[in-house]
Amino acid sequence: MNISRRGLLSFAGGAAAIAGLNACGGNSGGLTSGSSASNGAALTQWYHEYGEQGVEAAVRKYASAYPNATVEVKWNPGEYMKLLNSQLLTGDVPDIFESENGATVDMINAGQVEDLTELIKPYVDQFAPSVIERFTFKDAIWSIPQTIDCRVLYYRPSLLATAGLSAPTTLTELLTTADALTTDTRGGFFGGNDGGVTVMAPLFIWASGHKELNGERTELGFLDDSFYGVVSEYAEWYKSGKGLLKAASAEWSSAAPFINEECAMQWTGLWNLPEVLAAHGDDVAVMAMPAMGSSGTQAIHFGAYGSCAAVKGKDPAAAKEFIKWLWIDQEDYQVEFADSFGTHIPAKPALAAKATKLASGPGATAAQLVAEHGFTADIMWSGALGTAYTDAVSEVVVKGVDPKQAFQALAETAKTELAS
Amino acid sequence: MPTPVDPESRSPTRPGPGFRSRLAGRHNQNLWQAAFVTPFFCGLAVFVYIPIVWSAVLSLFEARNTITPTKFVGFANYGRLLNDEAFRSSVGTFIVFALFIVPLTFVCSLGLALLLNGMPRFQAFFRSAFFLPAACSYVVAAMVWRFTFFSGARFGMINSVLSGFGSQPVHWLGGENSWYWVALVTLRLWLQTGFYMILFIAGLNRIPASTYEAAALDGATGWRLTRYITIPQLKATSAAVTMLLVINAFQAFDEFYNLLGSIGSYPSHARPPLVFLYLISLGGSQLDLGVGSAGTMIVTAIIVVFGLVQNWVNHRSGAEERS
Repeated sequence: MNISRRGLLSFAGGAAAIAGLNACGGNSGGLTSGSSASNGAALTQWYHEYGEQGVEAAVRKYASAYPNATVEVKWNPGEYMKLLNSQLLTGDVPDIFESENGATVDMINAGQVEDLTELIKPYVDQFAPSVIERFTFKDAIWSIPQTIDCRVLYYRPSLLATAGLSAPTTLTELLTTADALTTDTRGGFFGGNDGGVTVMAPLFIWASGHKELNGERTELGFLDDSFYGVVSEYAEWYKSGKGLLKAASAEWSSAAPFINEECAMQWTGLWNLPEVLAAHGDDVAVMAMPAMGSSGTQAIHFGAYGSCAAVKGKDPAAAKEFIKWLWIDQEDYQVEFADSFGTHIPAKPALAAKATKLASGPGATAAQLVAEHGFTADIMWSGALGTAYTDAVSEVVVKGVDPKQAFQALAETAKTELAS
Repeated sequence: MPTPVDPESRSPTRPGPGFRSRLAGRHNQNLWQAAFVTPFFCGLAVFVYIPIVWSAVLSLFEARNTITPTKFVGFANYGRLLNDEAFRSSVGTFIVFALFIVPLTFVCSLGLALLLNGMPRFQAFFRSAFFLPAACSYVVAAMVWRFTFFSGARFGMINSVLSGFGSQPVHWLGGENSWYWVALVTLRLWLQTGFYMILFIAGLNRIPASTYEAAALDGATGWRLTRYITIPQLKATSAAVTMLLVINAFQAFDEFYNLLGSIGSYPSHARPPLVFLYLISLGGSQLDLGVGSAGTMIVTAIIVVFGLVQNWVNHRSGAEERS
């Protein structure tokens, strides 16, 4: 099962994974295992609990293969980012750790992470530009990208063909297609048990041709009529209650509803691709969220874990060396890490060609979509802001509040958040 | 006022005890007391008192990703929260929740206690059976409620039953309607009724049988016994139960979070204070301890006010009865 990867793409402020669901991932808990190296520094490296079988063994293998230091891997089940943030406040910090979408603004401002700009500079062109842009803050790069995850829209070409439709290219078409594919026992579109609000919220911004914040990151960059129109359109569709599957056997992050044929189309993670292919064979295709409104563009939501070195670590220089060795030099490991345990995209686009799951079919489509239409939340888009934004979208969609009114308070929240 | 003197120390043949043995007390009582209390007190201090004080300090600072903040902001964090419509509405959510759950649990647990108390046989069995849910974790119960009973899908348990009656499936937890309150309230009711039932049974056992006998001699039976003997005699227990129920309702987190929360998000409806604070201070990948601490201070203050008001009401009604 693939559980904890989903938290990576969190956009709203909530916690990465709820405890109860999290309980079924992974195997061993919190054990550390050492690697035997000749001499040099003894470093600790932290990972969150990846849900797929075999990831833990793989990262331990990488650590013990490192010749210049002893690297001890710690595997952390549970709410990783909270655990990490708390641990970084203590005297006993992990020397090397992964962090959702790279080091956070707070980590950088609090001086907890090393500047890795010099380390990555000679190789920066090899990495996906969108990820590097996201990992850059105050003209420096603070983390080395590990892999990229993304969410895509899964659909069944055969269902579209039977209905005499082609793949939707606008939000309006998506909604009518979903309505057309709805039957008594099958919903048209599923995006979560909240009516798709959480997963659709960021897409309303990006696919309507906006960014979360203005260029100077001082205020919101999307509150105009075309954006309101897009949210209203979805809200009316939600209210009509036809093609939207509002509740299913699992959350959006699991492909179970799509696999069980509870819905004709589902917005979920690329990481579910192996299970989906096993269930529906060739009759599976993926696409980005279609353009919304008049000046829209296709959009796909990605996230990337980045590897960071702690300033307070035992030997930051040695930690940086290890990060360079693993996430820049060892391309075989990078491919294995992305490709062998689920479907993820290597942080270096050139390596995607070596990844078997991305070579053809939906995997290849997704890799290309991420490169061309990938979006992720701005580094200054804080949890508080994300929560307030998703709340406002929910007010409009679920409660039918007028968008102008619902987003009024958000602009205020944004001002205080961005000023601090 | 003269200090009372320990009669033993007045024995003329013995000299007064030395400072050390006086400190140790009779039979080393004080020493033993210290030995038993100290470990617990240390635990309390380290895990409760110091964090409370620290939290109060943090609430006056901008404390993002640090527990040793340097930027003093006065009451800005408090101001931010009190001006936040979402925080105020979270207090409203708590009040709605408390209005449902406190009287319901009170009536159900008292009712069960009275029923069990009157049972001639199998009392122990039923007591255990009703108490058993208290051993279940909120998280586990929330999962069962969420995915089995109150799943909004066509094939959710309650929806399946409803469809048998020809009704459309209900989207229980989605926030379009207010049905999520049914899930929230029944969950907590199921989990906690047994515990409060035990408290009431303990209270019932403290009422002397002679009181009932005297009332029976005066001709009181059935409901009149309950109304005029049992319920007044349970006053102290009732006050304690109400207090605990209100405080626990205020601290509700687990069932809300696990019943309604999703990966990376929590819907905008049904957000009690602790869930709200969790989202804004620890949500996403942030650690905003200043605002979070200010919020916990406000919540603590409200609980204290509730407690004081209740205490005052109890004392007043107690005084009236005596006069």
